[in-house]
Amino acid sequence: MTAHTPPPPAMGCRNAPVLKERGQHEVFCGLTGIIWLHRKMQDAFFLVVGSRTCAHLLQSAAGVMIFAEPRFGTAILEEGDLAGLADAQEELEREVDRLLARRSDIRQLFLVGSCPSEVIKLDLSRAAERLSAKYAPRVRVLNYSGSGIETTFTEGEDACLAAMVPALPASDERQLMMVGALPDVAEDQALDLLAQIGIDKVSVLPARNADTEVSVGPNTSFALTQAFLGGTHAALERRGARHIPAPFPFGEEGTTAWLRAVARDFGIDQARVDAVIDAPRARARKAVAKAAETLSGKSLFFFPDSQMEIPLARFLTRECGMRAVEVGAPYIHKTLVGPDLELLAEGPVISEGQDVEMQLDRCRAAQPDLTVCGLGLANPLEAEGLCTKWAIELVFTPVHFYEQAGDLASLFARPLRRHDLLKLEAAE
Amino acid sequence: MKLSVWTYEGPPHVGALRVATAMKGLHYVLHAPQGDTYADLLFTMIERRNHRPPVTYTTFQARDLGSDTANLFKTACQAAYERFKPQAMIVGASCTAELIQDDPGGMAETMGMPIPIIALDLPSYQRKENFGADETLFQLVRRLAKPVEKTAQITANLIGPTALGFRHRDDITEVTALLTHMGIKVNVCAPYGATPEDLTRLGAAHFNVLMYPETGEAACRWMERELDQPFTKTVPIGVGATRDFVAEVARITGLEATLEETRLRLPWYSASVDSTYLTGKRVFIFGDGTHVASAARIARDEMGFEVVGLGCYNREMARPIRALAKDYGVEALISDDHLDVEAAIAEAAPELILGTQMERHTGKRLGIPCAVISSPVHVQDFPARYSPQMGIEGANVIFDTWVHPLVMGLEEHLLTMFREDFEFHDDAGASHHGGAHVARETATAPAHGPEDISDDLKTGEVIWLDAAERELKKIPFFVRGKAKRNTETFASERGLEEISIDTLYEAKAHYAR
Repeated sequence: MTAHTPPPPAMGCRNAPVLKERGQHEVFCGLTGIIWLHRKMQDAFFLVVGSRTCAHLLQSAAGVMIFAEPRFGTAILEEGDLAGLADAQEELEREVDRLLARRSDIRQLFLVGSCPSEVIKLDLSRAAERLSAKYAPRVRVLNYSGSGIETTFTEGEDACLAAMVPALPASDERQLMMVGALPDVAEDQALDLLAQIGIDKVSVLPARNADTEVSVGPNTSFALTQAFLGGTHAALERRGARHIPAPFPFGEEGTTAWLRAVARDFGIDQARVDAVIDAPRARARKAVAKAAETLSGKSLFFFPDSQMEIPLARFLTRECGMRAVEVGAPYIHKTLVGPDLELLAEGPVISEGQDVEMQLDRCRAAQPDLTVCGLGLANPLEAEGLCTKWAIELVFTPVHFYEQAGDLASLFARPLRRHDLLKLEAAE
Repeated sequence: MKLSVWTYEGPPHVGALRVATAMKGLHYVLHAPQGDTYADLLFTMIERRNHRPPVTYTTFQARDLGSDTANLFKTACQAAYERFKPQAMIVGASCTAELIQDDPGGMAETMGMPIPIIALDLPSYQRKENFGADETLFQLVRRLAKPVEKTAQITANLIGPTALGFRHRDDITEVTALLTHMGIKVNVCAPYGATPEDLTRLGAAHFNVLMYPETGEAACRWMERELDQPFTKTVPIGVGATRDFVAEVARITGLEATLEETRLRLPWYSASVDSTYLTGKRVFIFGDGTHVASAARIARDEMGFEVVGLGCYNREMARPIRALAKDYGVEALISDDHLDVEAAIAEAAPELILGTQMERHTGKRLGIPCAVISSPVHVQDFPARYSPQMGIEGANVIFDTWVHPLVMGLEEHLLTMFREDFEFHDDAGASHHGGAHVARETATAPAHGPEDISDDLKTGEVIWLDAAERELKKIPFFVRGKAKRNTETFASERGLEEISIDTLYEAKAHYAR
């Protein structure tokens, strides 16, 4: 079965030098995670304490105003709150009272810190404590920061999940915790595979609703499904749980390695695992092969965005035959992406942080066949003749595990196919 | 503190970005954390711009606070100048940077740059996007425009169009054509397409055309005072307003008022018999003040609608909109809370909403058709085709845009005639809107009609008797809301507690027009 993917490279990128850059970043802040987190946790409300800019960001990042009254909102700070004329704690409590009175379906409330609330040092943990005491047990109130001075894009989810960890009940039971907010379809597939392999007790963080019991303790092992959960990783270890290092479950190879690592941790025989995964592996390979026809031999450039860049580069180079020129990530947690770095063949520039102008210069010089970047850069680069893939789709779309491997590859193949399809010149 | 879910306007620095992005040769250095870079996608995705907005965000982080955010700003300023070599720079702070009080304007001025540096002071916690655009253009003009000799030929400046504006791109073409036809050349259009260099020549024009008061009024007022340039007060949206605009330009310039009307189709389309069905359609109008005022006039005088509610989200326009509402016999709704607007629309139960993208969503929820007339914008508001709001073609576009969401004229007549037909019934919706044909449920118990409106029916104080309720359901959907409302008003005015079939038809006779 392993003949289909190349053997691990003699020299991976684990110890490759990292180009660390500091300068203008072109990335979202952590508030953006609310867009998918509020869909995942269906009884949670996310209340950003921030400015009009925060509200405008959420609305712009969400695309259009889809929901009648979505489960997120912004308590906009006004002059009075800043000048200390109004007690911000009281103001916040009043807004929360009003909100919870109107929305009886809300069971978890996240107070989300923003740049302005951090700068004026508004103590949201105190507010969360007070409100928790007031509304327990109906509503649990937690707080985290999604501010752009502390978090980059997906780090907002990390901060949110990390904030949930201290509140989890303790348990000594031997169990697996799968960590990361995935679309339900991918999550269900993973749970099904884990059950077939023989892992009986599996919980997911974040759970879909507040009533689902998620506990943690020294006999809990946890596997991450997202590469950006460094803070959650640390919080879980503080609760005594043990991390299962593995490549991330993208593509056939990543999913197989991830499942095998989990199985090993639970002392499950590899033969049993292989019996379960043989069929889905074959399907995944077949689906990826189609997109790989387009992708094979093409060069690839990643601008930093979601921290998924390294695992995705591993998938695209090893399973789709692409050649990575630069793999940029906002942060590189080697504890988390180490296994992926080991599989990524030496060669590409690995960069951390960003100076967007310098990076654009490198990108233009390299003229990659495909550039993965944020929405602010995609159309300008297309206009310069480069073919781009918007990175944000990768966090909204089901792309994990076997059955989505083909979809993941085709997300990258589609812009290239489109470039080939469009013929706008005169026929002559 | 105020809880907000969706907002009509962004923060004021987004207004400044709209000015900077519309211009060429200008660069904006914005002291801001990394998250604020989301604003780029407004221009690259919604407006499909093929270039990055000319903005450098300093993107300071928590660890920079208290140490060297000021230095970071200076470095970013210097680097931006060297890389982009702009003719002028604007500098300012976003909401977070305003709190750390680094004074970007003061710092930039001490850097000895060889180009004009214009400091923007945009209070993020008090004002909003339109103010930011208006103030930025005003500061640019005040700094760069100087008294210069007027052009020999009569010329005008077009003031106000910005990036991310509602149909600004095409309005410029249309207004330029109106002026050209009168023998007037456009001197400078600003900010859209202008360079800082162009702004120094603003004074050469004989007058200014204030296209959008929201984003250009402060600049026009300053130029009137300092450069002796009168500016137009009529916004040429709609047939009547376009004619008034031409007359106003004639008064200012002493030229003859001429308007090329051969392509004008709104008046005939509105007069033709197919449009009879538009008569007295009840419309609710909401958006920015300028577009609302224009739409109200078109709705009443050029389409024959009845305006049942109007309002605007920008408080700066509250006074004129209140005065206008009085003229239309309604109370103005001045609010930037979309839930208030939704409640007012639900209460007024119009047959058509003329609003923003927010009201389009409200309309979807309430089952009321909506045509978009104003910002805030959406990718749909940047069509590939030529689609102005101003001038002759603007009037034609507006006729089509407003009629499109409605059931077509003849179709409406047919639906009324065959309203109980099992195939040709009104629950199928307008035939030109796609979607699957909805087969009418075969007559089950009469109390369970194809559409359960019993909840609605019980909200009033008067009680609908079963037979009257069934009769109401036979009325086509696009007038049912009005019929229900009129009947209830009729009943409560007469102190009736129940509505029978007779009450329904007595009310119908009472409100007949």
